[in-house]
Amino acid sequence: MIRIITFLSTFLVFAFGSAYADPKKVGFIYIGPPGDHGWTYMHDVGRKYMESQLGDSITTTYLENIPENADAVRAIRKLADSGHDLIFTTSFNYMDQTHEVAKDFPDIKFEHATGYIQADNVATYSARFYEGRMIEGHIAGHMTETNTIGYIASFPIPEVVRGINAFYLAASKVNPDIKMKIIWVFTWYDPGKEADAANTLINQGADIIVQHTDTYAPCQAAQKAGVYAFGQASNQEEFCPDAHLTSIEDIWGPYYAERAKAVVDGTWSSGDTWDGMDKGMVVMSPYNTKLMPASLIQEAVNMEVGIKDGTIHPFTGPIYNQAGELVVPEGEVAPDGMLLGMNFYVQGIDGEVPQ
Amino acid sequence: MNSLFPSIVSRSQSSGLMNFFVPIISIVLTLITGSIIFVLLGFDPVYALYTFFISPISSTYGISELFVKATPLALIAIGLSYCFKNNIYNIGAEGQLTMGAIFGGGIGILFHDTNAFWLLPLMIFAGAIGGALWGLIPAILKTKFNTNEILTSLMLVYVALFILDYLVVGPWKDPFGYSFPKSRPFSESGRMPLLFDGLRVHFGLIITLFLIFISWFIFAKTIFGFQLKVSGYSPKAARYAGFNQTTLVFFAFAICGAFAGIAGLAEVSGPIGLLYRDISPNYGFTAIIVAFLGRLHPIGIIFASLVIALTYLGAEDAQLFLQIPSAVGFIFQGLVLFYLLGAELLINYKLTYKKLL
Repeated sequence: MIRIITFLSTFLVFAFGSAYADPKKVGFIYIGPPGDHGWTYMHDVGRKYMESQLGDSITTTYLENIPENADAVRAIRKLADSGHDLIFTTSFNYMDQTHEVAKDFPDIKFEHATGYIQADNVATYSARFYEGRMIEGHIAGHMTETNTIGYIASFPIPEVVRGINAFYLAASKVNPDIKMKIIWVFTWYDPGKEADAANTLINQGADIIVQHTDTYAPCQAAQKAGVYAFGQASNQEEFCPDAHLTSIEDIWGPYYAERAKAVVDGTWSSGDTWDGMDKGMVVMSPYNTKLMPASLIQEAVNMEVGIKDGTIHPFTGPIYNQAGELVVPEGEVAPDGMLLGMNFYVQGIDGEVPQ
Repeated sequence: MNSLFPSIVSRSQSSGLMNFFVPIISIVLTLITGSIIFVLLGFDPVYALYTFFISPISSTYGISELFVKATPLALIAIGLSYCFKNNIYNIGAEGQLTMGAIFGGGIGILFHDTNAFWLLPLMIFAGAIGGALWGLIPAILKTKFNTNEILTSLMLVYVALFILDYLVVGPWKDPFGYSFPKSRPFSESGRMPLLFDGLRVHFGLIITLFLIFISWFIFAKTIFGFQLKVSGYSPKAARYAGFNQTTLVFFAFAICGAFAGIAGLAEVSGPIGLLYRDISPNYGFTAIIVAFLGRLHPIGIIFASLVIALTYLGAEDAQLFLQIPSAVGFIFQGLVLFYLLGAELLINYKLTYKKLL
């Protein structure tokens, strides 16, 4: 009798084992806590969306607050060792660490956010956040009264410089008198520093605060001082309803679901993804109808449509650098290669990119 | 009638045996408190403690990682004990570590396309010099201007971090790195050799053990070690004995700085391989806990560094297998320090209830 049961159960396992395959394990490495309401929060929203889409075919885990140093290798390896099939490392500075682990685990798929090096089992992905910067710049050009914009920048890497340029090009187009004041805080996540920077900029006459950092502290500082602000990564309206004009939202969910599905189906392949508004990876939060005139909101919405269908590109020539040299000729748009390595300001921005 | 609140009275003599047991008592109390926290969070405490303290070191790789993590902690802590034995409160080891990484790493970047046997020794030497020079600043300020070394050494941490920031964002930036804030990688001969294939534990561990042995010898067998101890127990007695306090301060800071500098260099030339902003997860500060948990004794420091390193590793496993926030690891570090200080107080002082009537 026991033998029959053993036989039957073995048979069942083999017969249905493939149909009810073990769920694929998907792991995430987070730079901050999911409660930051910014960068990490949105990756976590993406993770949950992926879970909801793929149901029982995957399970997910994450490791939070992983520093971007030698510790990251151990954290990534820990996910690899504990049987994860797909691992997302969600900060640029995990690049070398991701590759270090990936080369020891050729069967595990890795996805590195905002990186620029791929391997057979390491794909990279990022979003064209600069499309949202263009819309913010356009709005700021109309809304400012002091013609002074305060910009809180994190690190002088191409992504951030690109955002500053996209913002300025759009803002100066509607308001040629506009001046940008930029503070580099050299951190992604430091509410105290970010708020200090916002207050300094406001004291210097800025009446719109733009941030390329991860917390809602700048927006709250703007609310307190009675000036406007744009949020970052997620919709931050609830934290500063009287200052918040709109936010650039990072929508990772559909990409995560697509990549996880590819692993489940066995069709995953490496590559580089850089999607924008057209694919829904960059989304503008609802425009603040209390603060913005309806006509301006309409212009912003039209701009979104134009960016999505490709008729508008934030880096359309003629674009000059600070030395006055033509870098993008009239009628052309900046190629992706130039955007990916952008480390110069366009003409009209004061100061220098920290070198 | 006795008063409601006890008063704290110094014991005439503290028990030598208890002194030895203090670290063990604090670790046991930490485990008990930890279990209570786990139960309150709704976890089986045995499984939780297993996940936290055993599962991270249940593989060869895990044990190697424990040593990788403990190496800088032990090396900095043994350096700090030169200061702490002498009642000099250098809490700027993080800055000295950073300066060591800058000096040694700078050599590595300068010779990024050179492969030669002398490169790594030169980098280690430069790292020691960098850390020692940075440590000497608070020493000079303390001896010349009588400034408080707690403040100056702490503030110099941030100065060092900003210098590193400036270098990797600016002049030392990798020319092929899309202007991301990191340096070129060091050449192969500028890296700490690995002790085992496929594991990250590196030659820095050997250096650390060697320096710990040397320190044990200095503390136990030399006049300098004796001077450190005496002037820590009683500065007046030391002065009557003719020990030069200024020299002691200089040596303590220089040695501590050099050790922290070597730890920084070992970190960047070991597991990291280049310079960037975020080279240390506060090893310089955590080493202060290690130094006291190890009772400023070389053997004690080796064990203490392993215990504290384990709290880091455990925090990751706890996140992965129990979905507990990473902050739990810091709670354990905090608990150890809390019980350590508490037990220390009770060993040197006793509570008495005064008679009111």
